[in-house]
Amino acid sequence: MSSMPSSSAPLENPAERLAEERLIQRIRDGEHELFYELIRPYERRVYAAAFAILRNESEAEDVAQEAMLKAFKNLRQFRSEARFSTWLIQITVNEARMRKRRELVRKTEPIAEAAGEEGNYTPREFADWREIPSEALERKEVRAALIKALASLGEIYREVFLLRDVEQLSIEETARTLGISTASVKTRLLRARLMLRDLLSPGLTGNWSSMAFARGSKPW
Amino acid sequence: MVVTCEQVWREVSNFLEGEIDSGMRAAIAEHLRGCKHCTAVVDGTRNVIQVYGDERLFDVPLRYSQRLHRRLEAEMPRRRGTALGWMVAFAGAAILVLAFEVGNSSAFSPTELRSAHAQPVRRPIPAKLAVVVTAGAKVFHLPGCDVIHNKGTERTLTAEEAEREGYVPCVRCLRKYVSIAMRNGVRRMGNLRSAEQMQQAQDVDHKLSMSFMDEDAELGEQRIRYSKLRDREARQSDLAQAEQAASEL
Repeated sequence: MSSMPSSSAPLENPAERLAEERLIQRIRDGEHELFYELIRPYERRVYAAAFAILRNESEAEDVAQEAMLKAFKNLRQFRSEARFSTWLIQITVNEARMRKRRELVRKTEPIAEAAGEEGNYTPREFADWREIPSEALERKEVRAALIKALASLGEIYREVFLLRDVEQLSIEETARTLGISTASVKTRLLRARLMLRDLLSPGLTGNWSSMAFARGSKPW
Repeated sequence: MVVTCEQVWREVSNFLEGEIDSGMRAAIAEHLRGCKHCTAVVDGTRNVIQVYGDERLFDVPLRYSQRLHRRLEAEMPRRRGTALGWMVAFAGAAILVLAFEVGNSSAFSPTELRSAHAQPVRRPIPAKLAVVVTAGAKVFHLPGCDVIHNKGTERTLTAEEAEREGYVPCVRCLRKYVSIAMRNGVRRMGNLRSAEQMQQAQDVDHKLSMSFMDEDAELGEQRIRYSKLRDREARQSDLAQAEQAASEL
């Protein structure tokens, strides 16, 4: 695994957005090689989105490539009122979901998925939350524990959490991408966040590999 | 307003995202001041949002970016040309077509081969070129050639006459002749089709070869003169030594 020195933060700066729009126009006008420059800041995010949905490295990479290629071929359809990053992530999520359906990857869904999403979720862990410091992400086992916790969520929660909290799409963009209402996004997002908090609480004692979900059981 | 723990848990997301009215916000804040459990839930949820939003969380496979770029490159159409590019391409195509037509035209000879040794057989020796033959040999030479045997029987005639009498060109003379002729542009002969052009080229060649012969003859004479001078000096030196030896005696 390697790290990529790129920022995945969406472009909020108007000047940056304008520069990106110009770049897109030049690519549309035939300067295809500039497409690499356009996607460079989002390469990691695209992979992360595909991986969070498919939970498989090689399939995620394949989907990431397909999504980028699709974005290139359909760049004329991109409307500049949306963020390019959001459009790219939407393509990736659609591609990953299609791949999942096509390959009929039907794994046993976690218990949480079977539970109705309308019901309230009750937190299980009430011990004092010791914050996961940002530096902890430098540790491979911490990153692995976080990814594993996310992967253990049911698909409907995982997708919402991925788009809103990992990819940082808005509630409305998340709803549009997944084809659900904003109310459903909010409900699923709340459950996803609380479930992850419960899953990660034992790890805060410092022993990430001994957490319950790492052994296959869940607190709910 | 007083809120219960269950109400706080339902509103955690809205509370953290600021999508909550001020009354509810104040009530939750008040509740958190006295409830450790709910404080742990809110703090934990905030931390979850924070760590999962960090770009370092997901590692990408080794050389993921390179593979991605390779794939894109393989499937990207070639860049659409600019106006200048089209002009250059058009000019190139026109040159190619023209070259093809010219190559097929009867007004031009086939392309000359790159190596001198690969050129088709021509008549490198002008018919009127003066050459030297000697008795007992089967080759004719350019005057001044180093490998002429029986120099006392030298006879001068034209190359045409020598060839008619069965003599063949001396290899050393021929090489020298060809190199000079090549250097002076006789290669053009191969591209000249008409008899008139060929004759003109042969005349030019003849003049060149004659000048070469003159130079060669002059060089030969100089060599002879030098040789004689050296012999004379040697003899004088011997004589002087003999005289000195005699006087000592």
